[in-house]
Amino acid sequence: MALTLAEKVWRDHIVRSAEGEPDLLFIDLHLVHEVTSPQAFDGLRASGRSVRRPDLTLATEDHNVPTIDIDKPIADPISAAQVNALRVNCEEFGVPIYSLGNAEQGIVHVVGPQLGLTQPGMTVVCGDSHTSTHGAFGALAFGIGTSEVEHVLATQTLPLKPFKTMAITVNGKLPAGVTAKDLILAIIAQIGTGGGQGYVLEYRGEAIRALSMEGRMTICNMSIEAGARAGMIAPDDTTFEFLKGKERAPQGADWDAAVEYWKTLQTDDTARFDAEVIINAEELSPFVTWGTNPGQGVPLNSTVPGPDDYEDESQKLAAEKALAYMGLTAGMQVKDIRVDTVFLGSCTNGRIEDLRAAADVLRGRTVASDVRMLVVPGSVRVRLKAIEEGLDKVFIESGAEWREAGCSMCLAMNPDKLTPGERSASTSNRNFEGRQGPGGRTHLVSPQVAAATAVRGTLSSPADLAPIGA
Amino acid sequence: MEKFVTHEGTAVPLRASNVDTDQIIPAEYLKRITRHGFEDGLFAAWRKDPSFVLNQPQFDGATVLIAGPDFGTGSSREHAVWALMDYGFKVVISSRFADIFRGNSGKQGLLTALVSQDAVDQLWKEVENNPETQVTVNLEERTVSAGGFTAPFEVDDYVRWRLMEGLDDVGLTLKHVDEIAAFEAKRPSFKPVTA
Ligand code: SF4
Repeated sequence: MALTLAEKVWRDHIVRSAEGEPDLLFIDLHLVHEVTSPQAFDGLRASGRSVRRPDLTLATEDHNVPTIDIDKPIADPISAAQVNALRVNCEEFGVPIYSLGNAEQGIVHVVGPQLGLTQPGMTVVCGDSHTSTHGAFGALAFGIGTSEVEHVLATQTLPLKPFKTMAITVNGKLPAGVTAKDLILAIIAQIGTGGGQGYVLEYRGEAIRALSMEGRMTICNMSIEAGARAGMIAPDDTTFEFLKGKERAPQGADWDAAVEYWKTLQTDDTARFDAEVIINAEELSPFVTWGTNPGQGVPLNSTVPGPDDYEDESQKLAAEKALAYMGLTAGMQVKDIRVDTVFLGSCTNGRIEDLRAAADVLRGRTVASDVRMLVVPGSVRVRLKAIEEGLDKVFIESGAEWREAGCSMCLAMNPDKLTPGERSASTSNRNFEGRQGPGGRTHLVSPQVAAATAVRGTLSSPADLAPIGA
Repeated sequence: MEKFVTHEGTAVPLRASNVDTDQIIPAEYLKRITRHGFEDGLFAAWRKDPSFVLNQPQFDGATVLIAGPDFGTGSSREHAVWALMDYGFKVVISSRFADIFRGNSGKQGLLTALVSQDAVDQLWKEVENNPETQVTVNLEERTVSAGGFTAPFEVDDYVRWRLMEGLDDVGLTLKHVDEIAAFEAKRPSFKPVTA
């Protein structure tokens, strides 16, 4: 039978399948962080169970950790308690952990791929919705709830009902200056924040094939913002190149066997998707959000929409509410929106390529005097790599703050927060009310737009900047 | 999980409909890191009122909650079920439950018995007239009785079977541990490990 990529990965992980019951799927990699795991470990303890496969489990501290003064104790007692609970639990149950200060610490979705732990055809889960990131390698990767975390810890499996499949085909080439982030924001604006509900999305087509692994991770990361449980991209030479030589990637004969298998992980020509969406890459331009959900996005070179731009009553209302919260008026130029803060980082855009792209814009330029810019690498490794390449100096010389690794200002759970009314251009993935701090206003942007915005103080793309020396 | 075949205990009449999970346990309790000890969060806002039914001494020690329709709506927090169980409830009876709450309850071993609203009214009357009335919930027969009154209740077949066998999701999966081991034995050697 002709199968899609998602169906092939599913098929290869069925431990047990019985009439009237969900399939029992084997989980190849279980990533753990401090926020969603304490009750799961507590449940194991209460029932006298152990972690079945600590060797397929990996914990890291990310959501609660500060990004300055990391040698001092965590000030907030709740954050400190969650981080401490993770350390105690990992010790007790024998789960490997990368704690604050460890050279491998970082955001859970940055750490897995950079070690080569995320590979094509795997099942990857984590108590975090952005686990979809790992689908960039052709893995079936999705977020789970705390009861499911406990279930995977105890059994290394999950009982699941099959998802539906949706193909998102992006034809043509992305124009110069248009990035993976712009593309995914445009896709979400088109299909809506509920458009992917119940589906695994498979991104395909010329523009997807042309993306780097970092770009593919940015795309798959935000599948959840389109309502989907997971996003996937079929593995190809770009994927194999990225993995080759990574610590946890197969070596020698194992490598050859793995590549042979990975090459079979393509959707069959005659396979059917439950739904299909087609996008023309050539029409795209830098894209930003103006509202309070990731579907409320527009091209940077356009105006802020208002209730009248929508047919649907509930969307009219949502637009009205979003404008009020964001302190914007319909019809104003998006490029006239002034920001207070620029945040470069998160599991969406906190990888080395993102830092390079932003540094290329900032080199020889300065951050506007009334703007603060935070640069937060997604992991310690990304941080060290950036230092090796001298990117830290570019950021510091331009006036940006160079931070330690973590989720930082992506969510208001650690000291990096917006204050009420403060406006940010952020490379993260969620612009919900209060996401970056109570009353904070978020515009989602690409790393390039973030950097250009920091320089001009208003939402901008690198094309809007005066040439250096001019 | 303990096997659940029949349960007998006193009951609390909660004369309220649309009890959402924010009422069952307010958000501030979600910051905790343990799975147990949520009894203090149960109906925390309402319990500040001395006349609230759970504060009335005649209902101390009750293990059955008889609630109005649409119990457990709102946020999907599993903490709502933990709080009810930590407080000592084994069964919630209502004429309508929110889906996610019902699903979470089934996973954790809290029985949600779906009865007609007439039966709820009758049960309320019984326990209000005599708080010492023993309410018997028979999962095998799918009936609930109190005083001389008996009513049938609905429960998902699969959930019923699991509760009667005393199997939580994890316990159920561990019954197939041989199949898991067999799958593990066949996994290709190129798959990565974390340590
Ligand atoms: S960076 Fe943001 S979205 Fe990613 S894991 Fe951290 S908090 Fe979640």
